[in-house]
Amino acid sequence: MALLNKKSQVVLKDPLMNNNPITFQVLGICSALAVTVKVDTAIIMTLAVVFVLSMSNTLISLLRNFIPSRVRIIVQLAIIASLVILTDQVLRAYMYEMSKQLSVFVGLIITNCIVMGRAEAFAMQNKPGQSFLDGLGNGLGYGIILIAVSIFREILGSGTLYGFQIIPSAFYDSGYVNNGLMVLSPGAFIILGLIIWIQRTVYDIEEN
Amino acid sequence: MRQSNSYTLIFTGIVTIILGFLLSIAATSLKEKQELNVAIDIKKNILRSLDFPETQDEPWTIEIIQEMFDKNIISYVVDGTGEKVDGMKVEDIDPLTQGNLSPVFCKKGKGKDVEGYAVPISGKGLWSTLYGYFALEADGITVKGITFYKHGETPGLGGEVEKEWFTHNFIGKRIIDGQGNLVGIQVVKGQVDELSENAFHQVDGISGATMTSKGLNNFLMTDLQKYEPFFKRIRTKGNS
Repeated sequence: MALLNKKSQVVLKDPLMNNNPITFQVLGICSALAVTVKVDTAIIMTLAVVFVLSMSNTLISLLRNFIPSRVRIIVQLAIIASLVILTDQVLRAYMYEMSKQLSVFVGLIITNCIVMGRAEAFAMQNKPGQSFLDGLGNGLGYGIILIAVSIFREILGSGTLYGFQIIPSAFYDSGYVNNGLMVLSPGAFIILGLIIWIQRTVYDIEEN
Repeated sequence: MRQSNSYTLIFTGIVTIILGFLLSIAATSLKEKQELNVAIDIKKNILRSLDFPETQDEPWTIEIIQEMFDKNIISYVVDGTGEKVDGMKVEDIDPLTQGNLSPVFCKKGKGKDVEGYAVPISGKGLWSTLYGYFALEADGITVKGITFYKHGETPGLGGEVEKEWFTHNFIGKRIIDGQGNLVGIQVVKGQVDELSENAFHQVDGISGATMTSKGLNNFLMTDLQKYEPFFKRIRTKGNS
């Protein structure tokens, strides 16, 4: 990390744990529930959000001195929406199966509060380099939680991990069944709740 | 200056033009590839409904699907009486003006034999229109397979229609009863009572997807009625 100075390191690392957009700010929950049934969809979703978030932060930061403040939200949204549509089009062309599974949730990145929130709270006040790192950090912070939740949900709900069988078939023969709740949204809520609980206990965070 | 109306208008205008330009470039340059994907996906579903197995060691690439489809599938158009329309290709059907014409996809067997017929099915579920293919064995009675390639049902509930555990149950069921009347296939609530005489025409339901199942029952029946003259011909041909 010698490449980055102290402030940049904080900007990049803070959202991964201490100020995680999902577990701490509780943003972007909708897509976190929807795309975490399988690990592979969670990974693609993470990549899509990292791309959109870092690019939108950089672009908005570059334009921050030119955007008229009266229409700033609309300009931010136009940039974010364009990036999301671009991502969706590329997925449709090159990863058709995946884009079918992610269905509307790639398009819904537009409404993901994390993207809008970072643009308004960070990119409008900071330099492009810092804003890029902030977008990257928040995207990855979102992704870490997504992938963690999806690992639990896929193993418990489908008995597989990244498509490979994890629970041996001998278990099924002796009466083990996959937990159907894990495939549905409540399963994600429970896992997410447990992760938030553990994180807050370990880091001793209190609501004030 | 940055607060003036003209600045705001000019700025938003420029941003809109640049973004619109970039997006239209992306859309046009990727269009061909996307359309190919959709076409391949449909072919893949026709193959799958006709029981071509996809193995783990040899995943279906675009080339394999193309080759398999060209080698094994013949398609033609039938009219409302089940008669084959000569010299017309499946792509030529205009669904708006030629609703009585329907495509059929046959799986070629050895020599002149046909090993199965796949027909498109579509209709309303709960939230969306479902699209898929339904295939019968060469006898025109027994179900060979069913697939869905496009729908907007709730993932995990109605969306389960595309999953193998559900579609697998259709295989081996019969669409006509002992008297030769068309009864179709019904998705029941819960599990099929294997002892009942209707078990031949029923498959296990999806819990939490009653409306999707109802829709599926309805449009499957409608589509089968449309094709009934065609399948009737196949059945009588088989008996003679």
